[in-house]
Amino acid sequence: MSDRGNPNDSMPVPGNEDAAAHQHTPAVHGDPIADPGLPPHHPRPTDVEEHAERRAEKQVATMFGLSAVFALLFCVAYFALSVGEETDVWLGMGASNLALGVTLGMALLLIGIGAIQWARKLMSDTEIIEMRHPVASSQEDREAALTALGQGAEDSGIGRRPLIRNSLLGAVAMLGLPAIVALRDLGPLPGDALEHTVWKKGMRIVNDVSGAPIKPDEVEIGQLINAEPAVFFATDEEGEPVYEGHELQAAKAKAAVILVRMQPRDITPSAGRENWGVEGILCFSKICTHVGCPISLWEQQSHHLLCPCHQSTFDLGDNGKVIFGPAARSLPQLPMGLDQEGYLVALSDFEEPVGPSYWERGDR
Amino acid sequence: MRMLSARLSSRRRSPLAGVVVLLLGLLVTGGAYALLSPATAQDSAAGDEALVSQGRELFLVGCASCHGKNAEGIVTQDGTQYGPSLVGVGAAAVDFQVSTGRMPMAQPGVQAPRKDRLYNEEETRQLAAYVASLGPGPAIPTAEQYDPETIPEEEREEAIVRGGEFFRTNCTACHNFAGSGGALPGGKYAPTLIGVEPKHVYEAMLTGPQQMPVFSDDVLKPEEKRDVIAYLQANEETPNYGGSALGSYGPVSEGMFAWLAGIGVLVGFAVWIAAHSTRSKKGVQQ
Amino acid sequence: MAIATNGKQAAKAEKPSKIGGAATWADDRLGLATIAKKQIRKVFPDHWSFMLGEIALWSFVVLLLTGVFLTLWFKPSMAEVTYMGSYDQLRGLHMSEAYASTLEISFDVRGGLLMRQMHHWSAMLFIAAMFVHMMRVFFTGAFRKPRELNWVIGGLLLMLGILEGFAGYSLPDDLLSGTGLRIADGLMKSVPVLGTYVSFFAFGGEFPGDDIIPRLYTVHVLLIPGLLLALIGAHMLLLVYHKHTQWAGPGRTEENVVGFPMMPVYAAKAGGFFFIVFGVTALMGGLMQINPVWRFGPYNPAEVTAGSQPDWYMGVAEGLLRIMPGWETELFGFTLSWNVFIPGVVAPGIIFGLVLAYPFIEAWITGDKREHHLLQRPRNAPNRTAFMVAMMTLYGLLWAAGGNDILAVVFNLNLNYITYFMRVAVFVGPVIAFILARRWAISLQRHDQEALLHGYETGVIMRSPEGAYSERHLPIDPARAYTLTARDRDQVYALPSGEDENGVKAPGTRRNRLRAKLSHYWFAHNVQKPTREELEEAREHAEHELAMHSGGHQHMPAGDYLGDHELDGHPADGHQFDGRHDVHGEELRKH
Repeated sequence: MSDRGNPNDSMPVPGNEDAAAHQHTPAVHGDPIADPGLPPHHPRPTDVEEHAERRAEKQVATMFGLSAVFALLFCVAYFALSVGEETDVWLGMGASNLALGVTLGMALLLIGIGAIQWARKLMSDTEIIEMRHPVASSQEDREAALTALGQGAEDSGIGRRPLIRNSLLGAVAMLGLPAIVALRDLGPLPGDALEHTVWKKGMRIVNDVSGAPIKPDEVEIGQLINAEPAVFFATDEEGEPVYEGHELQAAKAKAAVILVRMQPRDITPSAGRENWGVEGILCFSKICTHVGCPISLWEQQSHHLLCPCHQSTFDLGDNGKVIFGPAARSLPQLPMGLDQEGYLVALSDFEEPVGPSYWERGDR
Repeated sequence: MRMLSARLSSRRRSPLAGVVVLLLGLLVTGGAYALLSPATAQDSAAGDEALVSQGRELFLVGCASCHGKNAEGIVTQDGTQYGPSLVGVGAAAVDFQVSTGRMPMAQPGVQAPRKDRLYNEEETRQLAAYVASLGPGPAIPTAEQYDPETIPEEEREEAIVRGGEFFRTNCTACHNFAGSGGALPGGKYAPTLIGVEPKHVYEAMLTGPQQMPVFSDDVLKPEEKRDVIAYLQANEETPNYGGSALGSYGPVSEGMFAWLAGIGVLVGFAVWIAAHSTRSKKGVQQ
Repeated sequence: MAIATNGKQAAKAEKPSKIGGAATWADDRLGLATIAKKQIRKVFPDHWSFMLGEIALWSFVVLLLTGVFLTLWFKPSMAEVTYMGSYDQLRGLHMSEAYASTLEISFDVRGGLLMRQMHHWSAMLFIAAMFVHMMRVFFTGAFRKPRELNWVIGGLLLMLGILEGFAGYSLPDDLLSGTGLRIADGLMKSVPVLGTYVSFFAFGGEFPGDDIIPRLYTVHVLLIPGLLLALIGAHMLLLVYHKHTQWAGPGRTEENVVGFPMMPVYAAKAGGFFFIVFGVTALMGGLMQINPVWRFGPYNPAEVTAGSQPDWYMGVAEGLLRIMPGWETELFGFTLSWNVFIPGVVAPGIIFGLVLAYPFIEAWITGDKREHHLLQRPRNAPNRTAFMVAMMTLYGLLWAAGGNDILAVVFNLNLNYITYFMRVAVFVGPVIAFILARRWAISLQRHDQEALLHGYETGVIMRSPEGAYSERHLPIDPARAYTLTARDRDQVYALPSGEDENGVKAPGTRRNRLRAKLSHYWFAHNVQKPTREELEEAREHAEHELAMHSGGHQHMPAGDYLGDHELDGHPADGHQFDGRHDVHGEELRKH
């Protein structure tokens, strides 16, 4: 510790009872100006003036008393103000929540402020000094610990018996396998689940929420229809929905589509997609190719479709190409035609996986 | 008369004195016309023709500079549309654009903002009649179509729930969950729906103003539109059960308040707790 | 030091009280008196910035209390039910039990909405307070030896807190939380090779499945809170063991802690602060609506709302996702989504890695192996301060980028331009902020140096007989002068000798050279505190000038700090430094 000693440090630190501390004095101490030591303590008004002290005492007690009043008011508000069907309303806000929050908040706040006022005004404010000690253990302790450790290792013979050591290491390492394998049933393997949706040839495209099928002449230029496959509204022979609960959610998460109608002259279909639309009506996946938000912010004049989550923008007049934002791939288009009754139907499933990219996406 | 005074007060807010004088003149004419000639004028063919020709007069003065003398639209030299053709947009589009003050535009821009209306109700009707005469398009909806008050009391609740479903599926993506609006590309935006008249909400869905898509009556049935409006009204009337709504912009404004109100106040308390209180000059000994 | 008080003394145990009896009973069984005798009067230094971590601690307690209340009603299930509760606008809809029970808590349980809102607000405060606490620790160098491990624990706490928050706001299964989970699903799928497996295992099949909410619930109420509690315990134990850092000042050294005792002052202050944090949270819960789940509706994978944002602490990840260009590579039939993988997985990993490693990186550059218990003023570590300012700038920019649609709506801006601007600004902004903050810190150091050598500017303008005007400088208060100099001199790491320029290289030469370069950059521009000789010289210079110009009828004022001269205890009266500047002035400043 002598390297940290400073011969120039002659100014004692007041209140510093621990003389040994000076030997730990580091380089900064007293260089270049000697430590003048703790300044003298100045008493507060509450330390020396009787009336100030009494006033502070009253303040604190008043706060605690008011806190108790607010706690009672909380109980009153709890029973007096109703929630549920007939919620009481004050100033356009739920009265119960407002009253409970304010009374509870004030009850707590007043205890806190009172306690702190008590500490600031009435408890001793003489600063006291505690000496630090080096965090590290002493050299002897370290050596003793190392010796003990070595002794233990020696006794176990872990160094001398590599066979035991290595087989134990192997066994423990192997325990990692059950830990991983046991988690296997967390979920099924992906398989080709992400490559298909419920769309198939001849399935009607119906209006979301109402489930009504759509004829082309019902759709105007500039129209947007949030649509679903008809199967989501179908029931089986017992009258139960074919898809419900989380199965419906999972299917919807891939199969939701939008229908839009543009002037046919505004559409430039890429090769092979010339017959995917009907009279300027096109059907695109609603699921963003970035991270999968459902997109339906369609600008009918510019034919741009914006994702509200991360602002990827797709040009639906140009095969759903990305024109802005973080998405990398065009929005998949659903081939569409008419059935015998003249309703819009899918001609097949999507030709590529919908939604966000994944590693094995192109591997099909 | 209540209507008249309301219109007067909205005029007063107009910053342009000249416009005010002009409008006052229009108001007097239109107001007198509205009082003197009852709505029956619409029924007779002769009245229609009068409306159309009056509308054409107004159109030539106020609209033709952008939409062309015959409302055929104007395309600039570089191929962008200056004002679109109004053939076939229908009376509903005119009523929406003009009644909400979006048209005529004060200056060219990516989007026509909502502002105080320039044409009174009668003039709007004349303009609408003229544009409707150019080609078939959606008519101005009737109160039975858009007014949620017409829903029977016992079906009201169900209608609101259904309207909420349509709203969340078709509208929230742009207009936000609370109808407080959202951003579109290139400086455009979906305006707030709070405080918009049911008729205008209906017309907007019917005609797809500006970038907004069309929701035709064949696909989103009139009663379904009315349900959406009922939901919007219910939404607006619903109290904020949890206190101040902080602008209804979602987690962004909540985060801001957590920092400014929450951390700000608590750090203020921390400063107070650690601050040195006043000292007395009495009793100091050194 | 005798201090006059009004005679109040700490209560003495005059008779074997009940407390004494209970204490004896407990100590017979627990033997805690040995530890307690030291800890009960343990000293904590007083400074507002030392209480920022306390906000986080108490917010965590509020989270535990309100969270337990919520578990009494919340049903973590994705089973489909038909809502028949009090909220008209959703009655009759199909929804998950989780969402239905959240509505029940909000509308049918008295105080339930308050507890839900308090829980949400305190979660935001918890993480915000951890951030400001961490910034305080960073700016003041409190992470240096021996506290590096506590910094690492703090970093882990922050990370876990953010995960906990995400798990929490995903539980109600409303439209917004479902959208958040969907984005999380997209991030998982972007992981090379394993992506789809991670996603299918997390969701128990295809998104959304019916497992994720029960799983997140267990993570949210058991796994992460358990880890948080354990780490908070370790964090506090280390704090007690290391003893708190303190600011330099008269009587405050590396060897001691000066402050108020645990009992009673700190118990009252910290306990009081708990009630204040709790109370402020309750007021926020009562007055400000947060996450009105009933307005979002149940989760439906075909719906989305404008303004779909995560809670603020995920704003950075959201911003990264938004401004990343759409890059994707197809390699041998496999797809690598850089546009999602980099901002969603790689960048957060790098940022957290950097945060955890920072104390060790800085110690390597500076070569500092000593223990530090005195805090550094931010200006005295210009590079560190500038680094944090740059990080804060980056954070703020990304945060703003994460709310670009809200900015566009509220301030009538063009959404696309904000994104283009941010793509550049996240690189340029932090660099500019770094340079500015660094120069600013060094300027403040110069200012301190000036005050030490030439005194402070009194604002008194003196006119010399020749007609020249000058501002009178007076020596600063000795306590302040000591405080300003109570810091280390920086030492630039020099390349070890024995290393020759032409040829033979010692092992690790390249590393050492890098280190020397970094160390040079780190320290070489800093202003070092004056030496004793410089101070002496400055004083003599001033005296000399005084003698030259004032004909010797003035006294040199008090205020050298070396202890060789008596302080007379009076501030200078204004005439001592008459005309110490000649007509051209400023000689005194040329050092």
